[in-house]
Amino acid sequence: MSEDIVAALKDNVIQGRRTKDDEGIEEDMTGTPGVLELIQEALDRGIPTEVIITQGLTAGMQVVGEKFSTKEYFIPDMLASAEAVGAAMDVLKPYLEASNVETKGKFAIVTVKGDIHDIGKNIVSILLKGAGYEVEDLGTDVPTEKIVEFVMEDHPDYLGLSALLTTTMVVMGEVIEALKENGLMDKVKVLIGGAAVSDEYAKEIGADAYCVDGFDAVKVLDAFQGTKA
Amino acid sequence: MSREGILIDTPYERMTEKQVTQIHQASMEILGDPGLMCFNRQAAEIFGDNGAEVSSVTTSDHSCWLVKVPEKLVVDALDNAPKTVKLGARNPDNTLVMNGEVPRVYFISGSETNIWLDVDFPTYVKKSDPSAEIQVPEFHPRRGTVADLCQSAHVCEHLETLDGYIRTVNIQDKDITEDNKDVNKFFASLNNTTKHVMSGLTNLKQLDNVVNMAKLIVGGEEELKDNPIISFITCLVKSPLQFVEDTTDTFIEICRRGLPVVVSSSPQAGSTAPIKEAGIMAQINAEVLAGITLGQLVNKGTPVIYGSVPVRARMDTLGDSYGSVETSQYNVDCVQMARFYKIPNYSTSGVCDAKIPGQQASIERLFSDILVTLSGPQYLHCAYGLLDCNSIFCLLQAVLDDAHFKMIKFFLRPPRINETEITEVFRQIREVVATPQKLYIRHIRPVLRSGEISMSYPFEGDGETDSVFVLAHERMKELLAKPVEHIDRATTSKIFNEIPGLLPRLNVYEEGR
Ligand code: B12
Repeated sequence: MSEDIVAALKDNVIQGRRTKDDEGIEEDMTGTPGVLELIQEALDRGIPTEVIITQGLTAGMQVVGEKFSTKEYFIPDMLASAEAVGAAMDVLKPYLEASNVETKGKFAIVTVKGDIHDIGKNIVSILLKGAGYEVEDLGTDVPTEKIVEFVMEDHPDYLGLSALLTTTMVVMGEVIEALKENGLMDKVKVLIGGAAVSDEYAKEIGADAYCVDGFDAVKVLDAFQGTKA
Repeated sequence: MSREGILIDTPYERMTEKQVTQIHQASMEILGDPGLMCFNRQAAEIFGDNGAEVSSVTTSDHSCWLVKVPEKLVVDALDNAPKTVKLGARNPDNTLVMNGEVPRVYFISGSETNIWLDVDFPTYVKKSDPSAEIQVPEFHPRRGTVADLCQSAHVCEHLETLDGYIRTVNIQDKDITEDNKDVNKFFASLNNTTKHVMSGLTNLKQLDNVVNMAKLIVGGEEELKDNPIISFITCLVKSPLQFVEDTTDTFIEICRRGLPVVVSSSPQAGSTAPIKEAGIMAQINAEVLAGITLGQLVNKGTPVIYGSVPVRARMDTLGDSYGSVETSQYNVDCVQMARFYKIPNYSTSGVCDAKIPGQQASIERLFSDILVTLSGPQYLHCAYGLLDCNSIFCLLQAVLDDAHFKMIKFFLRPPRINETEITEVFRQIREVVATPQKLYIRHIRPVLRSGEISMSYPFEGDGETDSVFVLAHERMKELLAKPVEHIDRATTSKIFNEIPGLLPRLNVYEEGR
């Protein structure tokens, strides 16, 4: 029975259904329990959070990723699934804390000072949340001091900087300098992205990685996980 | 039951009402003076018996008559000609219903090129960097065969936008003769597509064999009347203004049998028609009306289609220039004339001057495809795969054309703006602006797979390489690998027993196939 719920959870992640009101990819799913309802049921039945995450959520996302790479799925599908997983993680958060299960880590993301572009940043947030990271979105046009302050106080494992303008990408370098000055650069891994920047630029300013898109970000972070272990 | 085609809400027209009337009147006057030179005795007699002024003209080697067609005959014929023509199909869901007043467009292949273009993709290595390789399409022309015709009908069966089949390639096998060509081309086409099959006839003596074959397929004479799975195209008038001897006989016989037939005229502005728009229009319209009139005199009420293949002359060779801008103008004008008469129209687009698929071919064909489609011809001979005017057929190009017609059809969908949609808009906007991310992406999904939004170009490559041909070629192979519904075994064996001249290798149920 509990296996059924975990399987249904995985299936609903694949279908990208947050709640019972969502449509899936297959027909006639509206009205049947979605990820949030199933999570609740799983918790009520005492299914361990680890099982819920690995065999339900992560296993589902794995399939979604495969379907995306074979072009069966499009970005909106991917995001719907990621959103469903993200919502599930919010519900699971207190249980995880209580049971001392480690999340994949805390990821803070921000569009730097002077830049208001946020579509890319938001997509990256959704995808990372869906991949099991705890995401903190600091917004757009955020002053460097605020970023540094956040890193100092909230200790995120990763910091993502987004900039789409050639005029604002230089701010990324300033953020890294400020982090160094405060002795924070070895406490947080800095990822950068956005139309203006590149791999070379990341090296130039001393960022830990450049990501072309949100999927790349998931890959890069998961690789960091590997090195962490 | 019938195919949907695409309905053009507001057809694009070039001529004002006054100009349409001017062309109509000019054509009527041309039919009276100079009238038509008629090289066909039957036609001259029929016109004479019905009140046309017919006088014998002496030429050195042909009998010939000058026929002056009075306006009354034409007006009566236009009254008698059916306003709705139905073209049947082996699969009744592929039926085409064409109403002369309704601009519902069907997209049709064609027609009969001598050359078939094969393509392969050899690998080229960059001289300055031998590690860099690219695949470049190479095109190889050769004479068309009956096997090619089968293949093309097979692929056309699976091209989603293609509504009807006009044979694409002239079959030139060694064992094809004037006497067995018609039965083989019709059988090869009918056996590989369940869509409507239209063709010209090579030899009048074969007409009954072809018609009998169709009867065997549908189950009898009445059934064929009800579901005319075949129809014909005839160019009985040669520009300027001449009824030719043999095709006019063919046309008359088809009309007697009451099968649908296109009265087609193909003047070339500059050589066989005046170079200016008013001139070619007045003449082609007179030519088509003369043919329609003859058809109705032969058999009142016989289904005829107003066929127009006007083209402008190239200035360098005086060959046809289908790619010229004026060619599209003439075709659009002809659609308007046919609609004025309420007779279903056959017009032309998509034929290009380019000799191989590529940028020129794409630009020329899309230009005319879009414009002529917008004018709302019922039967658009949009020439899937045709190149080099009318000389070369390339299956790869046909696959590309199908993709482009999908785009055109998509564009022509009527806007969906109504109360329900607006209510949904409020719901979405209010919901999304209240979220931190402010993205509508989650609302894409309900429409993503419903066909409501268009997809990216189907032959788009990765990165910076242009892979259009390679990918279209893959698609072509996929379509060839899909099965087609052949004529059933029992009917096939009846056809092979009763219809003379069929090549045994076309029997898919015979050993070794
Ligand atoms: C949409 C857009 C806007 C929208 C932004 C709406 C919004 N909510 O974000 C509006 C209209 C507001 C806008 C404004 C401006 N824009 Co603008 N804009 C764009 C545009 C067309 C698309 C950006 C986008 O959203 N792409 C889609 C997303 C999904 O892609 P993305 O942002 O690249 O993000 C992906 C990756 O880059 C990566 N990524 C991005 N960030 C991060 C961060 C991390 C940590 C990671 C891991 C990955 C990552 O993952 C994302 C998801 O896959 C770009 C053109 C372009 N080529 O990018 C111009 C562009 C960026 N804009 C430009 C300009 C000039 C402006 C303006 C200055 C115009 C003006 N004169 O007012 C203003 C800037 C105002 C300001 N102070 O920021 C220029 C910049 C040129 C330059 N010199 O750098 C561009 C390149 C257009 C151009 N060619 O001229 N813009």
